[in-house]
Amino acid sequence: MRTSRRASYDGVVVTTPVTIPYQRYSVESAHWWIGRALRGLVDASGISPRDIDGFCLSSFTVGPDTAIGLTQHFGLSVRWLDHIPLGGASAVAAFRRAARAVQAGDADIVACVAGDTNHVDSFRRTLENFSRFAADAAYPYGAGGANASFALIARHYMNRFGISREDFGRIAVSQRDNALRNPNALMKTPLTLEQYMAARPIADPIHLFDCVMPCAGAEAFLVMREEKAAAAKLKGARVLGTIERHNARLDDVVQNHGGWIADIDDLWGMAGAAPGDLDFVQTYDDYPVIVMMQLEDLGFCKKGEGAEFVRSHDLTIDGTFPHNTTGGQLSAGQAGAAGAYIGVTESIRQVLGTAGPTQVKDARLGLASGFGMINYDRGLSSGAMIIAGEG
Amino acid sequence: MVEPLQKPGRKNPLDRTRQQALPPAGRSRKGQLLTLAAAQGRFALQCCSECGLFCYPARDACPNCLSADLPLTDAPNGGTIVSETTVRVPTDVYFRERASWRIGIVKLDCGPEMVAHLHADCYDGERVRMSLQLDKSGQAVAFARPTEKTPNQADDRQWREMTATPKFRRALVTNGRTALGQAVAAALKAAGAEVYVGLADPWKPFPGEETLKRDHHVVPLDVADERSVQELAADLGGKIDILVNSTEHVRPGGLLDRRVTNAVKDEMDQHHFGFVHLAQAFGPAMRARGADGVNSAAAWVNVFSVYALANWAPFGTNSAAQAAALSLSHCLRGELRLGGVRVVNLFTGPLDTEWFQTVPPPKLAPKAVASAIVAALENGTEDVFVGDVAEDVRQRLLANPKALERDLNQRIS
Repeated sequence: MRTSRRASYDGVVVTTPVTIPYQRYSVESAHWWIGRALRGLVDASGISPRDIDGFCLSSFTVGPDTAIGLTQHFGLSVRWLDHIPLGGASAVAAFRRAARAVQAGDADIVACVAGDTNHVDSFRRTLENFSRFAADAAYPYGAGGANASFALIARHYMNRFGISREDFGRIAVSQRDNALRNPNALMKTPLTLEQYMAARPIADPIHLFDCVMPCAGAEAFLVMREEKAAAAKLKGARVLGTIERHNARLDDVVQNHGGWIADIDDLWGMAGAAPGDLDFVQTYDDYPVIVMMQLEDLGFCKKGEGAEFVRSHDLTIDGTFPHNTTGGQLSAGQAGAAGAYIGVTESIRQVLGTAGPTQVKDARLGLASGFGMINYDRGLSSGAMIIAGEG
Repeated sequence: MVEPLQKPGRKNPLDRTRQQALPPAGRSRKGQLLTLAAAQGRFALQCCSECGLFCYPARDACPNCLSADLPLTDAPNGGTIVSETTVRVPTDVYFRERASWRIGIVKLDCGPEMVAHLHADCYDGERVRMSLQLDKSGQAVAFARPTEKTPNQADDRQWREMTATPKFRRALVTNGRTALGQAVAAALKAAGAEVYVGLADPWKPFPGEETLKRDHHVVPLDVADERSVQELAADLGGKIDILVNSTEHVRPGGLLDRRVTNAVKDEMDQHHFGFVHLAQAFGPAMRARGADGVNSAAAWVNVFSVYALANWAPFGTNSAAQAAALSLSHCLRGELRLGGVRVVNLFTGPLDTEWFQTVPPPKLAPKAVASAIVAALENGTEDVFVGDVAEDVRQRLLANPKALERDLNQRIS
């Protein structure tokens, strides 16, 4: 049941999804990737950089800079600025912040951008310096980074709910199918369940195809009022409901839930929709175990029934439950904080009918969710948004 | 099951000696509270003095009541493993060379969840006994061991990264002439080490000489003589895995009642310059051999008087020489850590030997110091207070250093 009194996001649209094709390794800086994304927004929207008066940035590798340094770097003069360090939950949070700013008139056109580079050693450095708790109490234990943290979560979850690796495999394999239709996906060869099962172990029970490939890339979108978009002749998507939660109060000794569970009634209540109404779902897929957790916590099935849900649905673009239609991070690559955006930019394209080869037929309503920040032993941030097409 | 450790064979002299990589060493200031506990072999966590919540990882405010008063507090060491994994593809060099590596999450009886290194005989769902250990970076880490005795428990390869067990290692004890040196040599041999014992002026007879020569390799060594130390290092330097600096040159006296400085210089020669000579001769080779297999260089042990920490006027100049050497040990600790070799400091009260003849009990049996050295090496502790007097000084230093200073210098004879 909906418990809070949240104002709607009426009158705001999210538009101009931009994806700068990923590269496994890049010699360029994060600034370069973020700059390409900004230029992509300008080129695709026809809006001059001078008219962008709000800027919201997420990046792991842009240090020592933050959003403020980049205003000067890119010649932006904005009256609203935000830097969101929420990892995989950054895109949902970026939209929420930007939309409220636009509704309140603090900004007219907000560019939301996430971009990261991937030098040959930058991923290890990110892990080593990820958070104080991680440096104190997680990374010195085998230096497995996110793989080890999610292995501990996955093993506990599998034991608790009787889930097999095959169940996770169905998610990874279906996403690879989808990726084969996405020209920008880094993974270009088919993946079978047999290959998934036979992959080399990374941190038991996590095996190779449970892991995302770190890469360089950028994603972006614009947030503005409907009439601004109309004036610029831009097609925009509407957000019917959205939630975020950080450090949810849960009794889980080892993480069994994401924070979505705390606000799920608000999400569906605001949207006036039910899980069965959706045409597609883009979950945050740093590991299949988190996808399954999301399917449960977002209300597509009950806790503990994620495996059965995955077994009884076809998660490919043309299937009964189109899911992570780009191939997701598992098959398209994880471009740092841009991994938060991949599901959101794709959702915008889907409801606007501009997804091209990954288009779900007649997609009108979809969901994108985010999850991020394994600060110590669990992911702290979660978010979700329900996105609809025009009219 | 842990397979028993095998005695290493002769090394191929053509093989490159593996360099020591170190595990991730970054810790917050508050995180270093646990380093303090680990150095002393305590299992202690922050505990909120207002609401009683045990906190982990280390914090600057209680997550229950936001109190900033979170003192390090001894904690119950029981827990249950609630998940585990084997990290097979670590991101850093230290763990990559040692992969695969087992870790788990332990739900502590006292509340927090703790990511921990797992002993090979600890599995998901089982009860474990937790401890804080110092890893090769010298930083505190949580380690889960079985609650019961298991076969070859100390031979577990992850546990051995946290310890400096004498088994199959070669040790040099600097002074075989004293009861202390002889007790240390015997204890190390009993713990499985091959022992070299230094002896200055070997023509001078001494009690225990026969046993010493029968049981150990007796080698010429006068720590106060730089050349003597260098010569021994030229022979032995590449194969000393544990060095025990048991130098003991005790003369009573403070500053005003002695007209000569020679006795004071002798103390500095033995304790301070002796330390310097040993460090410069043996330190570099030890630092280079920290990852050299089962019998890698592992530890440098100093036996200090606890009065290195607070001057005891009746042995005032000796306290000063001890303090000088203690300071050097902290310097050495930082330098040897780069090679994964730890520096263990023992703090002792007066020993039951002729130079403390007039000192009332309690006095420490040399054997007790020897056992404490072996225990420190096997358990991986770094700062050890041996016996009642040392423990007394430690506690009073914490409580009120000024009161201790007054007590220690009021009854000068």
